Amino acid sequence: MKIQGTAIAGTLESNDVLITLSPSSNNKVEIDLNSIVKKQFGDRIEEIVREMLEEFNIEEGNIKIQDMGALDCTIKARIETAILRLKEGK
Amino acid sequence: MSKVINSLEEAIKKCELKDGMTVSFHHHLRNGDFVLNKVMKTIDEMGYKDIKIAPSSIFPIHEPLIDLMKRKVVTGVTANYMRGPVAEAISEGIMDEPAIFHSHGGRPRAIENGEIKIDVAFIAAPTCDKEGNMNGVDGPAACGSLGYTYVDARYADKVVAVTDNLVDYPASPISIDETHVDYVVEIDSIGDPNGIVSGSTQITRDPVGLSIARYASKVIEHSGLLKNGLSFQTGAGGASLATAYYLKSLLKEKNIKGSFCMGGITGYMVNLLEEGLFEKLMDVQCFDIEAVKSLKRNPNHQEISASHYANPDSKSSVIKNLDIVILGATEIDTNFNVNVHTDSNGYIMGGSGGHSDTAAESKLCMIVAPLFRARLPIVVDRVHTITTPGSTVDVLVTERGIAVNPKRQDLKDKLKTAGLPIVEIEELKAMGEKIAGKAKKAETEDKIVARVIYRDGKELDVIRQIKS
Amino acid sequence: MSKVRRTMLFIPGDNPGMLLNGGVLGADSIIFDLEDAVSLTEKDSARILVRNALKNLDYGKTEVIVRINALNTDFWKKDLDQIIPALPEVIMPPKIEKAEEIVEICEYISKIEKDMGIEDKTIKIIPIIETSLGIENSFQIGQASPRLEALFLGAEDLTANIGAKRTKSGDEIFYSRSRIVIAAKASEIQAIDTPYTDIDDEEGLKKDAQFAKDMGFDGKASISPRHVETINKVFTPSEEEIEFAKEVIEAINRAEEEGRGVISMKGQMIDAPIVNRANHVLEIYKSVMGGSINE
Repeated sequence: MKIQGTAIAGTLESNDVLITLSPSSNNKVEIDLNSIVKKQFGDRIEEIVREMLEEFNIEEGNIKIQDMGALDCTIKARIETAILRLKEGK
Repeated sequence: MSKVINSLEEAIKKCELKDGMTVSFHHHLRNGDFVLNKVMKTIDEMGYKDIKIAPSSIFPIHEPLIDLMKRKVVTGVTANYMRGPVAEAISEGIMDEPAIFHSHGGRPRAIENGEIKIDVAFIAAPTCDKEGNMNGVDGPAACGSLGYTYVDARYADKVVAVTDNLVDYPASPISIDETHVDYVVEIDSIGDPNGIVSGSTQITRDPVGLSIARYASKVIEHSGLLKNGLSFQTGAGGASLATAYYLKSLLKEKNIKGSFCMGGITGYMVNLLEEGLFEKLMDVQCFDIEAVKSLKRNPNHQEISASHYANPDSKSSVIKNLDIVILGATEIDTNFNVNVHTDSNGYIMGGSGGHSDTAAESKLCMIVAPLFRARLPIVVDRVHTITTPGSTVDVLVTERGIAVNPKRQDLKDKLKTAGLPIVEIEELKAMGEKIAGKAKKAETEDKIVARVIYRDGKELDVIRQIKS
Repeated sequence: MSKVRRTMLFIPGDNPGMLLNGGVLGADSIIFDLEDAVSLTEKDSARILVRNALKNLDYGKTEVIVRINALNTDFWKKDLDQIIPALPEVIMPPKIEKAEEIVEICEYISKIEKDMGIEDKTIKIIPIIETSLGIENSFQIGQASPRLEALFLGAEDLTANIGAKRTKSGDEIFYSRSRIVIAAKASEIQAIDTPYTDIDDEEGLKKDAQFAKDMGFDGKASISPRHVETINKVFTPSEEEIEFAKEVIEAINRAEEEGRGVISMKGQMIDAPIVNRANHVLEIYKSVMGGSINE
């Protein structure tokens, strides 16, 4: 699936993450990761993002992550919500 | 002969400052201090190079030091605590020579036995007379206790009082007396009151912080130390201060009167004194306006020097009579070693202050901290920097459990019998990792940017440059 | 014996920080709220957040309740679809007015449980009664399903619904409180009192909680973590109550050994209701004194 619209989920509150999905500029998956704990969890967050994109069959698109120390389950929830909103055309 | 001199420049000339010498400052004006920057600017304009500085602490307001460090006007730093841009720059390796960290008790020890030699001490004095008698309780930049200045006044080769409140001779009260002072310089402002002391200190509303404080007060309750004559020290915010709130209820409930509170004093401690729950306050530093006022008017609220507070080489120090201390941690490891020097990225954002001193001498040393900050667990395999050795730490209190140092089996048994949630520290570490995931450790370069000197003068740990 | 529920703390379902820390605030039960705390545009994200929290985080001894959206919305079925597989312990449907609504919810839950093969988990229900019709039907509601654990009084919506003024003294909800207690106890389930809404008034909270306890409520809800400790203290048996209860049980045991039927202790007749109350007190005491994290 290619991301064709834009969808946002989450907030910039502590322990949360803001996910923005938008179309890719170059026909692939672009991950733009910002995190207050990038050094410690950056790799793990990217891993989760890729897992989720695979689970939802997203092959092309831009995913921007602004993380404020969210746990894995929160990141996954926000990504799932953003994808859901994309599908519902919000 | 007048000690009053027209300018900082003239005072520096008269002190015969030379390249390579050491100048010192105190941090009682905290993040409202103008004096360090003004003096260093003057030293720079006069063309000096290779000056070593020994401020007792460095705050964000001291950012201009970064430029001086880059241009090698300043080539050495000794302090007990650092946070802000200067601390970050040092972490990034801006200086060739490592910074030296002492504790509040170790700094006077080092100065008294010559490990730190101060050529010129610049003492910011909220009130000062023409001969150099000074105090910190009056004046537009009143800061309260001048505890950290005593050793500089006595051991520096030259002492310059810098004031914005020159009063008629003799000043009163007198903290530092004229027998130690060479020159007095009047400037228009030594500091910004808003940066010096906060309004009144408020207890945190954070529910996790309050949970931690409640457990901490229960530990105190069942420690066997909650009896008449209790002595107590705690921090100025977060769960540390909230513990004082619960302690107050306990003291009232059980009709117990403490002997003294000590350390950095807040309005909250003043309230405990004024309500008769403690007899005395021993004050090395005032954190808010209430503390400053109380120091001025209440004879039971006394100023103490850093040496009197915590110098291990003194004949005795106040912390030797301290029952309970509540301290914080950025990290703690499974050996109970505590880090308050660096954050988990390896950036310097603190320092021992009185942490390692009070832990060493108190009967009960309690670390209060949340199990996580943002996503980062505070219980780790090994702390990035050892500020306080685990052998001096008795209990870790988090919102998810209480860990007792194995060498305190007596305490562990008491707390378990009382029904408190006692767990092994390894369990807390595992809990943290389970919830947050395992954090990658911050990487560093080889270059040492700071040395941590324990209160006995021996090197405890080193801090290495951040890897960008 | 039923779970001890001295305190029930509301946690906004769209707040990851509070979902993380909800279990350490000292409440016996926490209510992840998908209804009033969550704006209409965030209903979708809140239910996924709560679902993930339930699946991944360990709340220890704290009971986890989820307040779903009301039956007159599109949301409640989607809430249950997502939440039930994550195995919350209790579902809290708001604005319940009739027994039929409980039946409808139970059927929906049962279907999901069956599809997932988790019928044995028997997820419970605690409905919020917050309308005049709900109060009138409270006994029927209490009888409507074996899943029911308690009736919960929601005074804010109720007073708005009946045109009364919500006050600190609570005179306007006195009848409703009594009614809920009677209906719950007649149905042999618990009664949970409405939250106290002045966050800063500790004295007022203490009085209100004590009044609720004296009326027969088993616990009280809270909208602020700062109320939890006070409410817990009020609903925890006092030392005197515990001592008395122990004496009663001792007296009963001695009487049984000696083959006596009628027992008196300190000049008071000890009959079945007093013995039941004593057992109840000791059960609560045992449950909260076990050194658990939840005070």
